[in-house]
Amino acid sequence: MDRARQNSPAIELRGITKTFESVVANHNINLSLNRGEILALLGENGSGKTTLMNILAGIYKPDCGSIFIDGEPVVIHSPEDANKHGIGMIHQHFKLVDVHTATDNIILGNKGTGLWLKPSRRQRIKELSERYHLHIDPDKKVYNMSVSEKQTVEILKVLYRGADILILDEPTAVLTPQEITKLFEILRHMRDHGCAIIIITHKLGEVMEISDRVTILRKGESVATVNTAETDIHALTELMVGKTVELSIECPERKHKGNLLEIHHLTVSNEEGVDAIQDVSFDLNKGEILGVAGLAGSGQKELCETIAGLIRPREGAILYKNENIVGKSPADIIKIGISMSFIPEDRLGMGLAASLSMVDNMLLKSYHKGRGPILQRKDARVLAESLVERLEIVTPSVETPVRRLSGGNVQKVLLGREIESNPNVLITAYPVRGLDINSSYTIYEAINQQKEKGVGVLFIGEDLDVMLELCDRIMVLCHGRVTGIVNAHETTKEALGLLMTDAANKKEDAE
Amino acid sequence: MKHTNEPFVRVVKKTELTGGKLALFSLGALLLAIIAGGLFILSLGQNPFAVYKTIFFGAFRSKMAIQGTIKIAIPLLISALAITLAFKMKFWNIGAEGQIIMGAIFATYFALFHNNLPHFLLIIVMLVAGMVGGGLWGLIPAFFKSKFGTNETLFTLMLNYIALYLIKYFTEGPWRDPSSSGFPKIATFVPNAQLDKLFGVHIGWVIALVLVFVVFIYLRYTKQGYEITVVGESENTARYAGMNVSKIVMRTMFLSGAICGIAGMTQATGAAYTLGESITGGVGFTAIIVAWLARLNPFFSLFFTLFLSALQKGSSVMQSSFGLSTYVSDVLQGIILFVILGMDFFVQYKLIFRGRVNHD
Repeated sequence: MDRARQNSPAIELRGITKTFESVVANHNINLSLNRGEILALLGENGSGKTTLMNILAGIYKPDCGSIFIDGEPVVIHSPEDANKHGIGMIHQHFKLVDVHTATDNIILGNKGTGLWLKPSRRQRIKELSERYHLHIDPDKKVYNMSVSEKQTVEILKVLYRGADILILDEPTAVLTPQEITKLFEILRHMRDHGCAIIIITHKLGEVMEISDRVTILRKGESVATVNTAETDIHALTELMVGKTVELSIECPERKHKGNLLEIHHLTVSNEEGVDAIQDVSFDLNKGEILGVAGLAGSGQKELCETIAGLIRPREGAILYKNENIVGKSPADIIKIGISMSFIPEDRLGMGLAASLSMVDNMLLKSYHKGRGPILQRKDARVLAESLVERLEIVTPSVETPVRRLSGGNVQKVLLGREIESNPNVLITAYPVRGLDINSSYTIYEAINQQKEKGVGVLFIGEDLDVMLELCDRIMVLCHGRVTGIVNAHETTKEALGLLMTDAANKKEDAE
Repeated sequence: MKHTNEPFVRVVKKTELTGGKLALFSLGALLLAIIAGGLFILSLGQNPFAVYKTIFFGAFRSKMAIQGTIKIAIPLLISALAITLAFKMKFWNIGAEGQIIMGAIFATYFALFHNNLPHFLLIIVMLVAGMVGGGLWGLIPAFFKSKFGTNETLFTLMLNYIALYLIKYFTEGPWRDPSSSGFPKIATFVPNAQLDKLFGVHIGWVIALVLVFVVFIYLRYTKQGYEITVVGESENTARYAGMNVSKIVMRTMFLSGAICGIAGMTQATGAAYTLGESITGGVGFTAIIVAWLARLNPFFSLFFTLFLSALQKGSSVMQSSFGLSTYVSDVLQGIILFVILGMDFFVQYKLIFRGRVNHD
């Protein structure tokens, strides 16, 4: 057995195929993972990464193909089965019980036999955290933890269950640059202790930094596996996209003068009555892209919704061309040319009606125009058809319900509509969330065109690399406060990372 | 390579059915339902073909029979259209019963106390009164949902009972027929307050048919109809688009209630000529089934209403001519409805048995 463990790969997948409805999510995928290795699984959204890993974790069953663990063919029926084979998955969205302590979460579902909890559980957790340098306070409640601490608990949870094959689904999406560095250290340490690790990502820089080998998926097929040391970002992009792409984002000179929007001392309470935004002040100028960076849930959504008139601020003023727009109805704010689009995690549900056609979705903010009670669909149809052509939207027809379109196409429909409404202020949150590289660049280009027309763009983003290239200035939010507004061309990712956790100010306080 | 332990049967979501395919599927479900009902009849020792024949001819054999079927259909169709409006907005209005009753009560007030108005004017007044009564009864749960987030399903259900006991109150109290020698009932309406007839049936059927077109056009081609669809899809999207969601919910529920009120008015002034506790005959609930089977399409509602009404009328004929128990027709209707609704599952899902390779 031990010899088999050394000679055979920890996991080998052969010819895995999985179909949903008529969509082939995975087609004939081959992949192998050795112990003491970090394998990056690289692919654009919709290339089948998550499906494949869910098959390994026992959540889906493949239509055909085989899985070998340490050289033995196995069938994984359920997450428990995966567990038994030593596979542990760390999901993008943590699955922890907020009101429990770290220890309680780690032993959850793994209480052992007998009536009583064994005191030895603490000993084992301690051993594991020491061996892998995973430092946590075992008695801290999850709701008191930072994102990175929660992730550590998740990792400990799967290790406690005896996993030595770890799958991490986009683990860096919610972390600051500093936290990412720390996570990578932990992963390297685990690798050196003989764990086999798969890390799912679409960020190329991270692939280069952490992995030993890379398997690239494209449109549900495994197109190549390369040694990280023998490749570079451009070669990987080409494999991932299937053609050469230009990887720089333009940031045209600002040509317009004067400001459009002035936010003064804005304080907003959320539904729970907690201040989601505290004393936020900033200006948005004509022909400028102002980036808003911050960890998820730092008040981005509330900021967008307040400017759009959906939430009333508790204090403060929003001046648009020197007129206070606080208290105006959302419809009036749309009318004066402030357009807001917020791409939620499921893409639908804010700004699009899923079972309506593209034509009907075009009408959403303009249906009340025109006289009489009857809806005018003619212009919307023309607009829908032109968007299909310009943004390369893949759809059977403009009458197809948008629910049947793929995620990226849904997003193009939404953004296309916002841009076509000829706004003066364009607020766009996560516009490239989940888009493939080509579509992302189409979107950046469209946003730059708006900038050159003199539109003030508020760009709420996730990817700091992109924001550094695209934006003129970047404002950083942390717990609803502005911790800094910096010139995008004179700052670094690390500096932004410090602002995101407000580390700079805390240090000052300490001194 | 083949999998060794595939489950015997898997449930798989399938691609959405659209248009013609869906219609064909519904027809298949109907056929299956009739077969299932046939098995039930067979188990009673009767010939299913003979029984179905009686049901069909029972509903359509004579002018009288057809008129009877249509009379059953009128309130059912109108209420189904009302429910269609609310359900399109995903407002689960199960208070059609109460809204019908309130429509009937408001109309009855004018039928009893202002019946000396010119006939045409009186009918119009009663129609408007019915709409206002039903509309207000629909507005109440919408108001509380918008302002306080109450659950509309429970709310509308409870309002049904309040409406029902209001009838009791009026029958035994202020509106009791003085010439009924103490028996609690409301007087029969004078002919001036009775709905006119066309081709032997009260003109409620004309109103119902007109409403089919009106509701269809309202939902599909007007701005307000568009708003209803968007709110039904996602309230967040509606808010992002600048729509006033509370206003739309209240307006639509007023309309939904108002249409129910029309059903109540036509029942009181066209069918019963009085107001009693059995005024609705339960159509407010059956109408939910109709609207749902029709997938909120007014024209399909018309079809399913006719089907159910014929089944109901024909069953009563069948029951007397075969000498069966009163409940046999109820059981038969239940079986048929159950199978049709159960087949709904297969619109969205399909079963894959072990060893079959999925070819699409």
